[in-house]
Amino acid sequence: MPDLLLELFSEEIPARMQKRAGEDLQKLVTNALVDAGLTYDGAKAFVTPRRLALTVHGLTARSADTREERKGPKVGAPEKALAGFMRGAGLNSIDEAQIQSDPKKGEFYVAVIEKSGRPAIDIIAEVMPGIIRNFPWPKSMRWGAGSTRPDTLRWVRPLRSILCTFGPETEEPEIVHFEVDGIASSNTTHGHRFMAPDEMSVRRFDDYVDKLTAAKVVLDSTRREDIILTEAKNLAFSQNMELVEDAALLHEVAGLVEWPVVLMGSFDERFLQLPDEVIQLTIRVNQKCFVLRDPKSGELTNRFILVSNLVASDGGKAIVAGNQKVVRARLSDAMFFWETDLKIKLEDRVEKLGNVVFHAKLGTQLERVERIRALARELAPIVGADPDEAERAALLCKADLVTEMVGEFPELQGLIGRYYATKQKENAAVAAACEEHYKPQGPGDDVPGDPVSVAVALADKLDTLCCFWAIDEKPTGSKDPYALRRSALGFIRNVIEIAAHVSINNFVEVSYKYLTIKMIENNFIGITVEGRKLGLEADDPDYHTSYISYFGEYDPEDNYPYVRDVEGPMFSRRDQFGVPNAEKYVDQDNWPQLLDVQENLLSFFHDRLKVYLRDQGQRHDLIDAVITDDADDLLLIVQRVEALSEFLASDDGAALLEGTKRARNILRAEEKKDGKKFTDDVSADLLSDEHEVALAAAIDIAVPAVEAAVAKADFAAAMSALAPLRKPVDNFFENVMVNDDDQAVRENRLNLLNRIRKATQTVANFSKIEG
Amino acid sequence: MSSTITTPTTISTGELPPHMRPERSFQGLILALQRYWADYGCVVLQPYDMEVGAGTFHPATTLRALGPKPWRAAYVQPSRRPGDGRYGENPNRLQHYYQFQVLLKPSPPDLQELYLKSLQAIGVDMALHDIRFVEDDWESPTLGAWGLGWECWCDGMEVSQFTYFQQVCGVECSPVAGELTYGLERLAMYVQGVDNVYDLNFNGRDGDERVSYGDVFLQSEQEYSRHNFEHANTDNLLKHFEDAERECVALLAAGAKQGEEAGDGIHKMVLPAYDQCIKASHLFNLLDARGVISVTQRQSYILRVRDLSKACGEAFLQTEAGGAIAKEASNA
Repeated sequence: MPDLLLELFSEEIPARMQKRAGEDLQKLVTNALVDAGLTYDGAKAFVTPRRLALTVHGLTARSADTREERKGPKVGAPEKALAGFMRGAGLNSIDEAQIQSDPKKGEFYVAVIEKSGRPAIDIIAEVMPGIIRNFPWPKSMRWGAGSTRPDTLRWVRPLRSILCTFGPETEEPEIVHFEVDGIASSNTTHGHRFMAPDEMSVRRFDDYVDKLTAAKVVLDSTRREDIILTEAKNLAFSQNMELVEDAALLHEVAGLVEWPVVLMGSFDERFLQLPDEVIQLTIRVNQKCFVLRDPKSGELTNRFILVSNLVASDGGKAIVAGNQKVVRARLSDAMFFWETDLKIKLEDRVEKLGNVVFHAKLGTQLERVERIRALARELAPIVGADPDEAERAALLCKADLVTEMVGEFPELQGLIGRYYATKQKENAAVAAACEEHYKPQGPGDDVPGDPVSVAVALADKLDTLCCFWAIDEKPTGSKDPYALRRSALGFIRNVIEIAAHVSINNFVEVSYKYLTIKMIENNFIGITVEGRKLGLEADDPDYHTSYISYFGEYDPEDNYPYVRDVEGPMFSRRDQFGVPNAEKYVDQDNWPQLLDVQENLLSFFHDRLKVYLRDQGQRHDLIDAVITDDADDLLLIVQRVEALSEFLASDDGAALLEGTKRARNILRAEEKKDGKKFTDDVSADLLSDEHEVALAAAIDIAVPAVEAAVAKADFAAAMSALAPLRKPVDNFFENVMVNDDDQAVRENRLNLLNRIRKATQTVANFSKIEG
Repeated sequence: MSSTITTPTTISTGELPPHMRPERSFQGLILALQRYWADYGCVVLQPYDMEVGAGTFHPATTLRALGPKPWRAAYVQPSRRPGDGRYGENPNRLQHYYQFQVLLKPSPPDLQELYLKSLQAIGVDMALHDIRFVEDDWESPTLGAWGLGWECWCDGMEVSQFTYFQQVCGVECSPVAGELTYGLERLAMYVQGVDNVYDLNFNGRDGDERVSYGDVFLQSEQEYSRHNFEHANTDNLLKHFEDAERECVALLAAGAKQGEEAGDGIHKMVLPAYDQCIKASHLFNLLDARGVISVTQRQSYILRVRDLSKACGEAFLQTEAGGAIAKEASNA
């Protein structure tokens, strides 16, 4: 069975596009061959910076012959029908069709369309140009003199040559001849750009790989990765060091070289006073080099690993020296940023956040910080944090956004804040919160452990949610550009893991009111949107009344009315806002009412909580059974689900669920029959059977106990209080006939069932529980 | 222009007097590059006599990249980036530096090889140094231009930008031009083996005759940093920006009108209008360095400059150099 070899040789393909390009090439070519009636044993694609290659082996030499019979109209059918049939079947005359007969239809025409199979080589030559012309590069370009033609070839970078051969292992393969935009396929390629640039001819995949290896090209990117990793580890080991592995970097570097040569460089030890993350990022992002650590202490060393594309005539000395020079310059920059940043305290940077736009319709980061500060202070007691510490942390938590270091490395936001906070001797909890308030960043990330971090994290996430709810940028379908689902989930995980009872509705109210404060004039005069909506003028005394209700006594002399008992810069003057806020003020007129936001956000939280609990392995029906539309204490919901799930796993629970269901079914049927609801009025005089007496007595004991437990939010106790009902309920259904002939007795019994239903309802909506 | 191009010969640097060698003097490096691209058939132009942020702004690149006519040019362009000033204290960053710019339209098929040979011409030994083409998608929002290409690395240092222009002034390039931009100070630091730009040997002489880059430019870096960050009068700059913007639009309108009156459909005043666009762009950079432009304003300024450059690009296509053919003047 013959093999196909294809190589598309081009100028340097961006590393990040290589893997996908290999997969696409393999899929497109094999699909096209299969569609054309060929089969193959296997295929594999390869990518280097300069070539995209594919081998398909065990390909059939030609496609199979096909025969198709197509039924046509009856003999003697109208001219039009015959013409259509002939056109469809490709007949020149109706005489070319056979006539068959059928007892039902009579005589009719049949066209026999026979297609003989075609040589694979012709099929390949036919499909290739289309595949190349329509290749799905994420970004492609035109080049050269031909770029004036509208149909000019587009490729990721200029395509230089095409190698395509086909043939069985035992024979000399043939060139598959085709042409794309003036590039004719051949059996030649080139080796390494500098070490073996000459043209060479190739027969098939085996000698292609061998010849490339001889010409200093490792075709397989996985092999290049292996070589780099192994050599880097060995080199590190020889110096008693350990490679800090980085899979993404390894992949990228393997996409930048055809012949990896691993070398080691060093930098001045004084740079080691920079945080490890800064050193690693500087060296990785800018220079695409690996860092090394001391295996004993785990700290970074002043060495790095670089991967060159050349076996240099001096053994790599010049290459190492050049790279060291660049690394030194980069680390000098970072050092400069570090030292410059440390000259200004974080709290003195806060005001600068007034120049950082958070969102055009939502104002600046400074405004956000002020809100988070106020919110964190209020949340602190609930999560067990010191309010002063929480507020201090909130004040500082975004200050690193305006440091040089985060300007250079945005991915270090938070972490840099923590370093600087520690350097300026902030309390450890406050410093940690600068980093950890962003947590959790994803499902695999931990939540912060410290209550101060939690208070800031909750404030940050809640404010974010209220912000985007205000401007109606809620997530829809798969679109969630501001990662609001992640914010809500982060809020939920924080609340649950620190076991805090936070009323969502209350805090949405607080948060939303901070958000809707509007500054007028130049001097920090706050009003609420509601106040403004009354249509009052700013100098009207009533203008401020609704404002006062949120922030206490209004004092016209006080420039910081709503934050007077905390220090530091507060809402900045409007003239510092510049243009961005103007848009916010205009937009605010369209913001929704608090009640709508509360309702809508709460249901968003419920949805996220359901997803979270399901991921934790909770049954969706149990979650539905305990969530009510106004349940705004997320921890309570979780505790309820857990208690319910545990209870239902017990014998008593399962049996009671059964009994409750039975009670409910009977009630539903009888209520329908009678056209009325049954009540809680159980008359002791009408109870005759010992089992119904026992049940009534058990209910009388259970109901107040369950209610008391639920009031204390002790769901385990509530479930325990329900458990004793199981036996009497079972006995009742076994021994007592509900539909007694005596209507009064019957109704009394139905009322008793209603009491069972209501007693369980206190704990959860049993009707939603399945099974 | 096309048939008689010879491949540039790499001059053995040994043939040059020592002070002219690219690895010994900054000016020697420039002269070697000029010689190399002159041998290829480029017109070797002098710097454009206006303040620009990059060699790309020179009309020999921006405007000549448009339209169907072949074009090969090479030149040094002093480039000003007001925000990059460091008062002469940073060994790598300058608010004024030199770029060497090559524009070849259409891009020749062996552009990469031509580039590599030019590195050899300035003394970079390919057997010793690791040259790499690392993805870099180039975009100039103010010029309404983008292209695909690479940063060219030499032992981990970016020494050039290599771009296939796809669009300039909002106009599709047809044919595509190849642009090479060499960071001259960086390259010179590399071949001379110095760590501080101010230590570069400028004239290739030794002892008393030696003139360093610092001798030529240190004072100017200090003075311009003061100007750019502290003293440039922002009210005036804002006014000048608006003047340049208005002037550009007015000149384009006048040039178009004159073309209509002449009846040949040829635009009569693109280059002077484009000068005003360059001016507006530089004024914006200065305002930005002075820190008086907020984030949203920034975007709107960029768009305003882009509108000017687009209008200039479209007008250029209606000139002879842009490939337009004069209509016979009507007899009306």
